Amino acid sequence: MEKLIQDFAYGLFFWQALILLVLIFLLRKYAWRPVLDSLDKREEGIKDALQSAENARKEMENLQADNEKLLREAREERDSIIKEARQIKEKMISDASTEAEEKANNIIVKAQETIKTEKQAAVAEIKAQVANLSIEIAEKVVQKELDNKEDQMKLVDGMLDNVKLN
Amino acid sequence: MHRNLKTEILPEMQKGNIVKILLFCLVASISFSGNANDPQEHQAEGGTPHIDTKTEVQNYIDHHLQDAYDFTLWTDSETGEHVGFPLPVILIDEGLKIFSSSRFHHGESVAEVEGNYYKIHHNTIYKTNVAGDLSFDEEHHATNEKPLDFSITKNVFTILLTCILLFLLFGSLARSYRHKEIPTGIGRVLEPLVLYVRDDIAIPNIGEKKYRKFMGFLLTVFFFVWVLNLLGMTPLGVNVTGNIAITACLALFTYLITQFSGTKDYWKHIFWMPGVPILMKIILIPIELLGTLTKPFALMVRLFANITAGHVVIMSLIALIFVTDNLVMDGPISIFLTLFISVIELLVAFLQAYIFTMLSALFIGLAVEEHDHEHSETNEIV
Repeated sequence: MEKLIQDFAYGLFFWQALILLVLIFLLRKYAWRPVLDSLDKREEGIKDALQSAENARKEMENLQADNEKLLREAREERDSIIKEARQIKEKMISDASTEAEEKANNIIVKAQETIKTEKQAAVAEIKAQVANLSIEIAEKVVQKELDNKEDQMKLVDGMLDNVKLN
Repeated sequence: MHRNLKTEILPEMQKGNIVKILLFCLVASISFSGNANDPQEHQAEGGTPHIDTKTEVQNYIDHHLQDAYDFTLWTDSETGEHVGFPLPVILIDEGLKIFSSSRFHHGESVAEVEGNYYKIHHNTIYKTNVAGDLSFDEEHHATNEKPLDFSITKNVFTILLTCILLFLLFGSLARSYRHKEIPTGIGRVLEPLVLYVRDDIAIPNIGEKKYRKFMGFLLTVFFFVWVLNLLGMTPLGVNVTGNIAITACLALFTYLITQFSGTKDYWKHIFWMPGVPILMKIILIPIELLGTLTKPFALMVRLFANITAGHVVIMSLIALIFVTDNLVMDGPISIFLTLFISVIELLVAFLQAYIFTMLSALFIGLAVEEHDHEHSETNEIV
């Protein structure tokens, strides 16, 4: 220890202090500052690039989400349209069938009425004809009755055979 | 056996040479893998009586750990030839004296400068007479006058080299950002290190809001210490971060930055600790004040001790080759151990730079911290 203190090289200490001071100053100015600045700048650049990449990724994700949303909406719309169409179709079919039934019923009712009137007309005509025929028969029977009983009967039968109720 | 050795070298301890003792213990205890029981005996038995190998090794390592006035790459001890280059010596002694360290002839001769005579003794420059006579006191310390010494020593030279290296490296990294976003070449290695200091040292300790102000200091210190630690592992033979003056200076910087950036809360916690009784507040003042000093002191000692210990261990292990008499047996052991410790030291070189920077950041972080409510320090430390 004593020797260390005794042999302490103050001259070396002096030069070292001076040189170190100058060295720190020079290196700071010509080396460390530009180096550290460039490193900072580069790191900043990398950070920015990463940030923008991240932003782009997020944007892409948003876009994708939007797309999916649109697609889903479109699908839903399609489904609802189809559903609606189906409902319309069914309604149309049912409407048509009720209408048709009604019409058919109307037709049938009308036909029945027509038939009824026709029938009444026919019956009336038959009645008229039968009345005429009966009168004719009765006229002829009355004319022959007087001649022969048997002939009378024959005549009546023959007439009845001819006259058929249509 | 270890204990014996320690008592044996007790007289040395009185000199207070911690490094020497450490080294001696290591060299001596490891050399027991040979066959000698006593280092002295061993030397006597060994075939070469003309070289006191252990003392030589010890001196060599000791010399390496210290600063030097010239940059010597290696020395041929037989011819006394030194390979390297001299550095300027700057003395303040009746005016400014600047001269080349080659005038000392590696401490072997007296240098004459403008009518004054100087001599290097134990790595210190003393003012002497023309013959270079030194007078000693009873503790073998030279009592000659010491001129104020601001020489560009080997360590100062290495620091300057490191500064140029750092400036070139990180200047090129800074320039490379002008043309392109991502650096190429060496910048590709440096950028993650800068990021590491920022993201794992500065921000977690100081906080996102305030860290930027201290980045200059933290980055500089981190790379400064690391590069110097690594340079210390090269065969250049420099030991800068293992010098207490260097670590003291670094720690002083941390201390000053911490104190000058302290918030009101920081000083309040030192001088009038909230939430404790008044008596405790008074007792805590000196403790807290001392705490501000012990933190940088620990920084100083930690770096110094770790790097010095690493150098001593590696050099001692290499020295095994020179003190053993069975080279075939001990040579591979020495090489293996040196390699092993070298790898660890490589890690330590980084680790110590990291720890120094991390703790500096932590201390700064504690000083600049804003308390939302009383005693929330733990939040930030985690």
